[in-house]
Amino acid sequence: MNFQGIFSMSRKDVTTLVIFSIVVLAMPIWLQPFGAAYPDLMQRFAIFGILAIGFNILFGLTGYLSFGHAAFLGVGSYTAVWTFKLFSMNPIPALFFAVILSGLFALVIGYVSLRRSGIYFSILTLAFAQMSYNLAYSVLTPITMGETGLQLEASDPRIIDSMFVGEEAGLPVSNIFGLEMTGIPGFYFCAIFLLIGFFITQRIFASPFGMMLRGIKSNQTRMNYTGFNTRPYTLTAFVISGMYAGLAGGLMAVTDPLAGAERMQWTASGEIVLMTILGGVGTLLGPIIGAWLIKYFENIFSSFNENVLHNLFGFLPDGLEGFVVEITSMFVGEGWHLTLGLVFVLVVTFLPGGMMEGYRRITTLFTGGGGDGDKAKSEDTQTQPAE
Amino acid sequence: MTERNDGPSRRRVLKGAAAGLVTAGVAPTIITSAYAQEYRNKPTGDTVTLGFNVPQTGPYADEGADELRAYELAVEHLNGEGDGGMLTTMQPSNLTGNGILGKKVAYVTGDTQTKSDAARASAKRMIEKDGALMITGGSSSGVAVAVQSLCQEMGTIFMAGLTHSDDTTGKDKRRYGFRHFFNTYMSGAALGPVLSDEYGNERRAYHLTADYNWGYTQERAMKDSTEAIGWETVNTVKTPVGAGDFSQYITPVLNSGADVLILNHYGRDMVNSLTQAVQFGLRDKQVNGKNFEIVVPLFSRLMAQGAGDNIKGILGSANWNWSLQDEGSQAFVKSFGAKYGFPPSMAAHTCYVQTLLYADACERAGTFYPPDVIRALEGHKFDGMGNGPTEYRAADHQCFKSVLVVRGNANPTSQFDLLEVVQEVPREQVEYDPAIFGGELGPYEVAM
Repeated sequence: MNFQGIFSMSRKDVTTLVIFSIVVLAMPIWLQPFGAAYPDLMQRFAIFGILAIGFNILFGLTGYLSFGHAAFLGVGSYTAVWTFKLFSMNPIPALFFAVILSGLFALVIGYVSLRRSGIYFSILTLAFAQMSYNLAYSVLTPITMGETGLQLEASDPRIIDSMFVGEEAGLPVSNIFGLEMTGIPGFYFCAIFLLIGFFITQRIFASPFGMMLRGIKSNQTRMNYTGFNTRPYTLTAFVISGMYAGLAGGLMAVTDPLAGAERMQWTASGEIVLMTILGGVGTLLGPIIGAWLIKYFENIFSSFNENVLHNLFGFLPDGLEGFVVEITSMFVGEGWHLTLGLVFVLVVTFLPGGMMEGYRRITTLFTGGGGDGDKAKSEDTQTQPAE
Repeated sequence: MTERNDGPSRRRVLKGAAAGLVTAGVAPTIITSAYAQEYRNKPTGDTVTLGFNVPQTGPYADEGADELRAYELAVEHLNGEGDGGMLTTMQPSNLTGNGILGKKVAYVTGDTQTKSDAARASAKRMIEKDGALMITGGSSSGVAVAVQSLCQEMGTIFMAGLTHSDDTTGKDKRRYGFRHFFNTYMSGAALGPVLSDEYGNERRAYHLTADYNWGYTQERAMKDSTEAIGWETVNTVKTPVGAGDFSQYITPVLNSGADVLILNHYGRDMVNSLTQAVQFGLRDKQVNGKNFEIVVPLFSRLMAQGAGDNIKGILGSANWNWSLQDEGSQAFVKSFGAKYGFPPSMAAHTCYVQTLLYADACERAGTFYPPDVIRALEGHKFDGMGNGPTEYRAADHQCFKSVLVVRGNANPTSQFDLLEVVQEVPREQVEYDPAIFGGELGPYEVAM
């Protein structure tokens, strides 16, 4: 591949990338009316977007459903925090080690798990992840600090930092040469990685390697019969998506230097699967949208208590207001899981392709069903590989 | 790879990137100007917002719901509604039922899910979006430690809810974090002498311990205090959290030669392990010529409800119990019962007290400026809040007060009358040197 090859993207891909960049970078503006334009949630949007697109490289392209992706997220977080503690508060080395170590971890787990496919693969990954969780929660407490989570301490060595800057009061904050990675700068730092990650995914989707992965998804046996050894390809996809998860975990530690074991719990792995299915498996944008939706529900819907509802429905007559508040309060506050579940059921039942299928249906409705790019692509993925 | 002719030139890509970078550069200046203020979330209107961060889903949802009830009650009382509760019994008190410093108290809520990440996310939401000036709540030490360190970074005061691990005000203590609840060291120190009185000095103890930080510290505290009264520790076994079935851990106890089982479990774990230990007939056994006994170092009414008849006669420790007869406890139980129809749990009590203490500290400091409020809380001595004379020790932000040793009530008069107070162990007996746990509080002033 020559240098120009990297940039030779289809017109559609470039348009998507540009629009996506604008949407991501302008988040502090357009999220305002949704009540989501505060730094922490936007950081999460970016970080879980990275996690979801990485997961999609494995699940969306090869069809291998990993139920243990949260383990890589956790490994990334722990590595990043340890890098902060031992070497420097600069996020670059932390992210570097996070990606490398979670990649190695994925290599080991993938090497074993990928000997099986289908449900057996899922169960194997789930078992490995749950094992990592239990190790982090109890057995490895000296390294992970168990339940209380790994945190920075004033007495940490920070070898590199201590050579350049003197002792300061309080705990240090991760920073790139002075620019602190909290608040809005922290969000833009994550957003840049999301855009880079998105770009790489686009390139993978369009590459022969991506085609190969899709071939594995549609019929692995036939791929084998045509003379391809598929395992190196699936393993590569597994490691790449593990590195994405490690990057996401590292970024979580950068914006908020704490790593807890429950980041690796099976519910966290399940959440990643939900994000991808909700948004649209195998599509470029779908998993990101799914991730945003779930994080929005988790952070905003859970915060609506009865007070908020009474304010919201204050314009209604008293009796009716009480009734409406009673009904809606079941779905917000502690009931946010219920709402999410309902949305998930509805999406899976009526839009099996996720939110992206809904988008496609709407666009075909307006364009009269002809010559739509997305549609062409969805057909593309179903094409059987040539013999 | 084939060369595509319809693709854009490198220049176009670079142009796009440049446009993106400009957006990235401009947007922060628009946003950050809104944060420019003397300290974070300084209340400017006529209300002050508090953030109640409790587990609404997950294993401690019951405690969380009770905590939230207590917070709502506290807000009512601070705003001068209801019967005033502990506002009337608190000494000294600068609270008049006119909000805090004349501003009406408003609140926002969040769900910690008993996960550090979720708890930090909802705390950050309350601080960054809803403008909460103080965060309080939680029903586990992992969450408390995580949120406390976040609050230190953000410069927002954290009044911990139910958290029993030594770490919260020990190794992981923070300048901006305060704990009213007691800890495992105090549980051990309070239980030791009572165990010696009740069961003698020649006992052999077997520990089952929840396999996480709190369990480790609880086990250490119980081991130290029982060995100090001459007991021998036969074995300590770690059990996975949320195990459900403890039979494989209980069977070896039968043949170990131990005559006391100490269950360093909390919540559902404790309910399960205790129920199964009783079902295995441990309490009917005679070992070494003595009755076999079970001890549960941390007891709560909600757990006692779950364990049913099995808790009858079992010793443990508690921070507070609604059956206490002092004026403050009575006032709180009365107004809580009037509003909700049942007595409060000890989690509710500690959360209620914490809210009032914060409000009072603001009044005494005459400002919401966090460093001044912290100084007002440090070393503050108060009474009339259900635990007798209490002090917020300045060195580690831990409240020192008497600790209750309780016993499962053999003849309950109501479905809530599950624990009887055996002894109120005075403060002097459970006090310790703050240096033994290490840790560092950190600075008063926090850069933003």
